[in-house]
Formats: sequence, structure tokens, C-alpha cells
Amino acid sequence: MAILILQILNSLFYASVLFLIAAGLSLIFGVMRIVNMAHGTLYAIGAYVTAWLVGRAIGLGLAPAWLFVLIPVGAITVALLGAAIEPVLLRPFYRRAEEYQLLVTFGLLLILEDVVRLLWGGLPLSADPLMDALPIIRIGTLSYPGYNLVVIGIGAAAAVALWLVVYRTKFGVMLRATSQDRRMASALGLNVGLVYVSAFAIGCFMAGLGGAIIVPSQAAVLGMGIDALILAFVVVVIGGLGSLQGALVGALIVSFVRTAGIQFFPEIELAVLYLIAAIVLIVKPTGLFGTA
Amino acid sequence: MKPTAPALTRRSHVPLLAAGALAFIVLLLLPALIDIYQVQLLTYGLIAAIAALGFNLLLGYTGLLSFGHSAFFGIGAYTVAFLLRYLDLHSMELYILIGIPIAALTSALFGYICVRHTRIFFGILTLALSQVLYSLALKFFWVTGGTDGLRVPRPTLLAGLVNFQGAGSFQRFINAYYYYVVVAFAICVVLMWVIVHSPFGKALQAIRDNEVRARFLGLRIRHFRWAAFLISGTFTGLAGILWVPLNGLTTPEVLYWPFSGEIVFAALLGGFRNFTGPIVGGIVFNYLKTYAIATTEYWQLLLGAVLVALVLVLPTGIVGGLSKLAAGLRGKEKP
Repeated sequence: MAILILQILNSLFYASVLFLIAAGLSLIFGVMRIVNMAHGTLYAIGAYVTAWLVGRAIGLGLAPAWLFVLIPVGAITVALLGAAIEPVLLRPFYRRAEEYQLLVTFGLLLILEDVVRLLWGGLPLSADPLMDALPIIRIGTLSYPGYNLVVIGIGAAAAVALWLVVYRTKFGVMLRATSQDRRMASALGLNVGLVYVSAFAIGCFMAGLGGAIIVPSQAAVLGMGIDALILAFVVVVIGGLGSLQGALVGALIVSFVRTAGIQFFPEIELAVLYLIAAIVLIVKPTGLFGTA
Repeated sequence: MKPTAPALTRRSHVPLLAAGALAFIVLLLLPALIDIYQVQLLTYGLIAAIAALGFNLLLGYTGLLSFGHSAFFGIGAYTVAFLLRYLDLHSMELYILIGIPIAALTSALFGYICVRHTRIFFGILTLALSQVLYSLALKFFWVTGGTDGLRVPRPTLLAGLVNFQGAGSFQRFINAYYYYVVVAFAICVVLMWVIVHSPFGKALQAIRDNEVRARFLGLRIRHFRWAAFLISGTFTGLAGILWVPLNGLTTPEVLYWPFSGEIVFAALLGGFRNFTGPIVGGIVFNYLKTYAIATTEYWQLLLGAVLVALVLVLPTGIVGGLSKLAAGLRGKEKP
């Protein structure tokens, strides 16, 4: 029983991070119709920036409670990076074929992966003082790191906040209008360019936040972005590309299957995930919640 | 069908045939002029060209962008390694004869699932399926050697006619293997040329250009796409088979999806709208990557920048750009 609760908590922890990455990917696709292959690397950059800042702050002798401020800082850095990338690299490609859009983001992935290596080297970078700043929670005979519960809370809050933004604000209406018909939205006087840049920056912010909240419990390493991208693909394929509910359900499915997989069938844990994605695509090509 | 058509095409093909024959002769004479390292490098380049040529049947002629062709390259490579490790086979001909049907079977299976989709979903699906193989290669390390991979020493060529014992065996192997690959490459090019100029190839292009019209013509679109997928994967699989003995080792890297990205990159570099594009692209990409790795620790950055610049400035690739330039010059001369 205790093990079961622990596994559920672990799955939720993992799902929170995965949801943040996949929802960003899905949002960008939903609005801009671009599959951003560099998305996983942006998540890695969020992790690296946060870990680096935490290391700096500790060097300056800051109290651990202040370190939590650095998590949103890491995420915002990635959002700013996204706001710079969209007009420079992606804007020239909206009228071009999908293949080119995919390739340009693949080129971006290669560039950013090496920029990370250039800036932070090949050694893992960790931010565990944040993890240690929070007590270990005891529930009966169980003990669980308090920080992981915070991550689950952030994941849930992000899901609610994103839903509110997309479905309950004027900006959300603009997002959805642009995603349904770019030309019509533009004809009605929406600043489509601004919507695109904000959507891309929000997507990047979520990826960066995912990286920033995971780095206190898992050190940032090279290649983490590429692995994360594939898992995010699996999530959006299961849930439906461009759907936020889909990203949430997909992240939960992937996390629970993965946690169970590590416990019961470690050899084929990843293969099972990919097969689930393939089966969903065969049975329901648009994913569980997809429309397009 | 029309009586004049064959004569017309035959005439227009003469310069091309001559150019092809000339290129083949140059390839045959080249080892006499360049040193052993360059020969080895060119062999890698020709293998990459075969992989890109196969890949381009899907992208250039059928309009499907696969991000999972590492799967077929890897299947080819690992089939050879398994034949050696578990059946103790050392003959290159046997590797090819057994490897090709296995690559074809894998392509048929993957294609059956993937061609239900087009565009972005096709890309993601091919990527996801190829990663199944990658994770299996990684996790079943007692079968596949895990991240260390499997070693493949020099096989016998032409049923043992060429012998690689004693002094200078490395040089002799590289030279002999170069000719082996050149012949395989030439067969692949001719075969692919025949395929894309056959009614089947024309049907693929019709489907690429206008799916709805192609359906009205009575073409069974999914069947054609499946067949194209199968041929494409098999060519790339052959490239994997040829690559392993030269590399001496196969690791899960060749199954990992960034390697699929490199195949896409190579095809784009040469130009995927031309028949010769991926051939040139494969060879040039191999030089580019070797050069980038030798020059800088951050070679991925260099490759990424080249890719972005290419897509921005020269989307038709090297061959597309050159033919445009040639057409421009000819246009200036005429009036």
C-alpha cells in the first residue's frame, strides 16, 4: 500500500513536468502549426539556467528561501529566448512547406544543444539546495520529499492557469481565433504577429518552467532535452496535437505507464510507450482529444 | 503508349547516360589519385548517398517526410552484427542477401502503420516507431551490446576471393571495399532511376502533387505510398549493411532519431527535388560532418547553422541551386 502511494506520487511528479513540456509544444502547434523540434532543448536550457543561477546565489550567500525566486527567473529567460527566436527564425517560414519548418527547428535544436555545451560544459549541473530547503514529509510510515509535492502543485497550478488564459481571457480568444483561421483573424484586425510571438513565448516559458522545477531533484545533463522531446511527442500523439486537455491526459498516461514500467517491465518500458502512441495513432489518428 | 514517346525520351537521356557513365569511370579511377584516408572517406560518402537516395523516394517523389529512417539503417547494421555474433557468418554477400529481406520486412511493417498518415503525423509516427527499435537496442544489452554496441571485423568479399591477411591488410581492405561499395552504389542509382521513371514512379509523383486527382484517376494511394515506403526503407537498410564492416562497430547511435535528422539533412543539402540531389547531398554531407568534427568541438552548432542557412537561402539544395544558375546563364546567352 505504501509503495502504491509512493508510485502514484512519483507518477504525478513526473506528469507535472511532462505536462509543462507537452502543453507548451501543443500550444505552439495549435496556434502556429509548427512542430518545434527544439522544444526539448528549451526545457534543458530552463534547467541549466536555473541550476547555474542557484549555484551563483549560493556563492553569494543567499538564504535558501530566496532561491525559489530563481525558478520563475529560469522560466522567463527561456520565454525571452523564445520571443527572440520566433521573429528571427520562424517568421520567414509560415508561408513555406511544413518540411522546411520542421527542418529549421531541427537546425535550431542542433545549434542550441551545442550552445548549452559551450556555456555550461559537459558536467551535470544540479540545484539540490532547493530540494534540501524543504523538509521531508512523513505520512504514517511513508516519507516523501516536500519539494516533489511542490512540483506537483506547480504542475496542477500551471494546468489551471493555462486553461484560464486560453478559455477565459480576451487574449485566449485571440489565440483561439488565430489558431482556427489566421487570415480571418488578421482581417478582423487582430495583430497576428503579436499573437504568434506571445504564443511561442508562452510555450517556451512552460518548457523552461518544466526544466526549472525538475532541476532541484534531477541534475541538468547534456541530452536531457532530446529525451524529453521524444516523451513530449508521445504525450501529444496520445492526447492529440494542439489540445491542452490532451496534453494533460497524455502526460498522466505516459507518467503512470512509465512508473509502472520501471517497476514491472524495465526492459521494454520505453518501447511500450512508443507502441501505445503508435496504437493511438492507428485507432484514432488525431489523438484522444485532437480535432484537426 | 504513344509511339513517339520512347524515341523522345531515349534521345533526351543520352547526355544523362553519358554523364552517369563518366561519373562511374571517375569513381573507378579515383583511388589511384587520392590517398587511403580519402578513399575511406569517399566510401562513407557513397554509403550516405545510398541512404539519402532511398530516403528521397519518400520525401522528393512521394511527398512524405520521414523522421525515422535511422530505423532501417540501424536494422541493416544490426542484422550484420547479429549474423556475425550468433551465426558466425563472415561473408559480405551473405550479409547483403539476408540483410535486405530483413530491412524490407521491417520497412513493410513500419510502412503499413505509417502510411495511414501524411504530413506532420507521418513524421512523428516514423520517429516514434524508430525509437522503439532504439530503446530495445539500448535495453536488451545482453543481446545488442547496449551502448557499447557490437563489433564487426572485416568480412570476406566475393566469397573469399579477396584476402585480407598479412601486411598492409588495412589498405587492401579499404581499396577493395571501396570498389565493392561503388558497384553497389551504381546498382542502387540505376535501380532508383528506373523506379522513379517507371509508371509506378510517375504515380507516386502524381500522388505527391495532387492526392485528390490521383485518387480520381483510380490510383490506390495507400498502396502506392506503402510500396514507396518499403523500397525507400530497403535502400536505406542496404546502406546500413554496407556501413557496418567499414565502421567496424555498430552502436545504438545509428538508431537514435538525430541520425534520421542527418539523413534528412543530407537529402536537403543536395536538393530533394532532383534525382541527383540526395546523391550529391550524401557525399557532401559526409565531408561537411567530417570537416566540422575535425575543426571544432562544437560541430553540431556548425551543422545546425548550415542547415538553417540552407533552408533560408538555398531551399532547393546544391543541385537545385546549380541547375538554376546554369539555366540563368543559358538564358542570358540565348537572346
